[in-house]
Amino acid sequence: MIRFIAVRLLRALTTIFAVVTFAFVVLRMSGDPAQVMLGPDVPQEAVDAFRRSWGLDQPLWVQYLAYIRSIFTGDFGVSMRDKASALDLVLQRVPATLQLTLPALLLKLAFGIPAGVYAALHRQSFADRGVILLAVLGFTIPSFVMGLVLVLIFAVILGVLPSGGQDTWVHGILPTITMSIGGIGILARFSRSAMIEVMGQPYIRTASAKGLKWRDVVWNHALPNAAVPIVTIVGFMVGSLIAGAVVVESIFSWPGIGRLLIVSVSNRDLAVVQCILLIIAAAMVVSNLVVDLLYGWLDPRLRSNAAH
Amino acid sequence: MDRASSNLVELRDLKVAFDGVQVLHGIDLNVGRGEALGLVGESGCGKSVTWLAALGLLPGKASVSGSVRLDGQELAGGPREAFEQVRGGRIAMIFQDPSSSLNPVLRIGRQIVEALSLHRGLRGDPARREALRLLDMVGIPDARRRFDLYPHEFSGGQCQRLMIAMALAGEPDLLIADEPTTALDATIQAQILDLMIQLRAETGMATVFISHDLGAVSQVCERICVMYAGRIVEEGTVAQLFSEPRHPYTRGLFDAIPRIDGPRQRLIPIPGTVPNPKHLPEGCSFQPRCFRAVEACRGERPQLATSADGRQLACFRPVQVNEPVEARSRMTEDMLQ
Repeated sequence: MIRFIAVRLLRALTTIFAVVTFAFVVLRMSGDPAQVMLGPDVPQEAVDAFRRSWGLDQPLWVQYLAYIRSIFTGDFGVSMRDKASALDLVLQRVPATLQLTLPALLLKLAFGIPAGVYAALHRQSFADRGVILLAVLGFTIPSFVMGLVLVLIFAVILGVLPSGGQDTWVHGILPTITMSIGGIGILARFSRSAMIEVMGQPYIRTASAKGLKWRDVVWNHALPNAAVPIVTIVGFMVGSLIAGAVVVESIFSWPGIGRLLIVSVSNRDLAVVQCILLIIAAAMVVSNLVVDLLYGWLDPRLRSNAAH
Repeated sequence: MDRASSNLVELRDLKVAFDGVQVLHGIDLNVGRGEALGLVGESGCGKSVTWLAALGLLPGKASVSGSVRLDGQELAGGPREAFEQVRGGRIAMIFQDPSSSLNPVLRIGRQIVEALSLHRGLRGDPARREALRLLDMVGIPDARRRFDLYPHEFSGGQCQRLMIAMALAGEPDLLIADEPTTALDATIQAQILDLMIQLRAETGMATVFISHDLGAVSQVCERICVMYAGRIVEEGTVAQLFSEPRHPYTRGLFDAIPRIDGPRQRLIPIPGTVPNPKHLPEGCSFQPRCFRAVEACRGERPQLATSADGRQLACFRPVQVNEPVEARSRMTEDMLQ
């Protein structure tokens, strides 16, 4: 077990390292922060001075080594724009993002899984077809369309909900719903197919043949088996909690990580973009690790495979 | 009512169709108390479907009609709860693939205790003690230590023993064993058969043994029912069918068994394959493969009727007693060419 976790941790660190390196190289190849920050009309001396002060005049590999070294000391750099610590800037935005993504995750779980399980247990019924249709609509309609439609209905026509901003919890309703709809559809589809697969297994017939009540067959015998594929998807959703949603935050002018990322990328604010990507990668990697551990807890067969 | 008292289970005109395709064409079958009945036939002849239908275990797309009586009480067409009360407690069932018939994510002890609490109201320590006793009874060594293991930590043969222990937990009057040894090695097969014989002697429960293996069936059972293409074609005691199989299909099944004793003989296969239930042949379903078929067999389907010796038979031209093997062998070879 310890070896299993150690291997996974090592792999996780490698992944984060790869993301950091990739982000570093691509950001520096894709545009000059000095030009963007200072504008097109500044004299060359100002540009050179800017580059020197941020170390951009150094060869790429020197910059890279310096960056890696500072990361290990907990220093994620300084924003070129605000001259503030990049990490602080990012962390300030985390609560706002979680304010949307956590309720959205709860909505996904609360509606997606029950809808999928219900559809699987009433296969070919009217309800089943309805769930499939809504699920497909849910995850095929892009969130910017969904967001605008919701704004049109609830803010413009009905005038019951605000169309943007972060003043009260009411402002969070539309972005949260917009953010959750795709996930509800995906979870419904996955739960449905996982449940259909499990319900066709011989051990479900055994459980029925034993005399168990239908709901006990479903709850005690089917759901624990269907949990493994569902947990995979949920883990992915948990991992992206902190990444927020670039599109949805922009539509609803919500000051979360997604918005910060867009602004920082267009300003070529290197330290901030790198810090965001690092945190997103770390969150994804950690949630993957947790999912791997959950697999073992949910399915004893995987546990003994991992031990060998 | 007196008939009900002599038979534990009575199936009458049991029919099953999947998506409009009839796979079971009216099965009439009695199982007496404590009796061991064998159900024999090739894959797809409906022997498993018969009992899955009787217990309401077929998926929703199957349409089932006919009568299933347990102790004279009608089950068919009743509510789900009626079946749930019978399953496990009165009639238990074990299946072909024991390893995948146990829930992979639940400890085996819990799976057995679940049946004990369901049918006998046992919980906690008494349930655990009884489960250990059952595990002992079906020959799981070191049961105390392995109580909390998962199914994948047991071999196929042991999983079937676990299935049997779980079936015994409800103290059923009837155990349906659906090809319980098909997925197992030959030596393990023999052990499981011995276990079934021994348990029946100890508990007195009736057994329905579903198999395509006539040899195995004759070891366990007193009476055999031969099925073909969703119908019973011959039914009689093991002695009757072994010494004088009358239906050409039954005879064919016997001729296809390799013999360990006696002179070396060529096995005589039954030519052709099982017909597709969507396109059953005209007349007798077996006639295209039958070495004795005549024109009449193609025109009309023979009904199951009781013969003078008490057996039931559905054939216009039954095999004559003492008909030599050679004649048939020649005919079969003609047909195979």
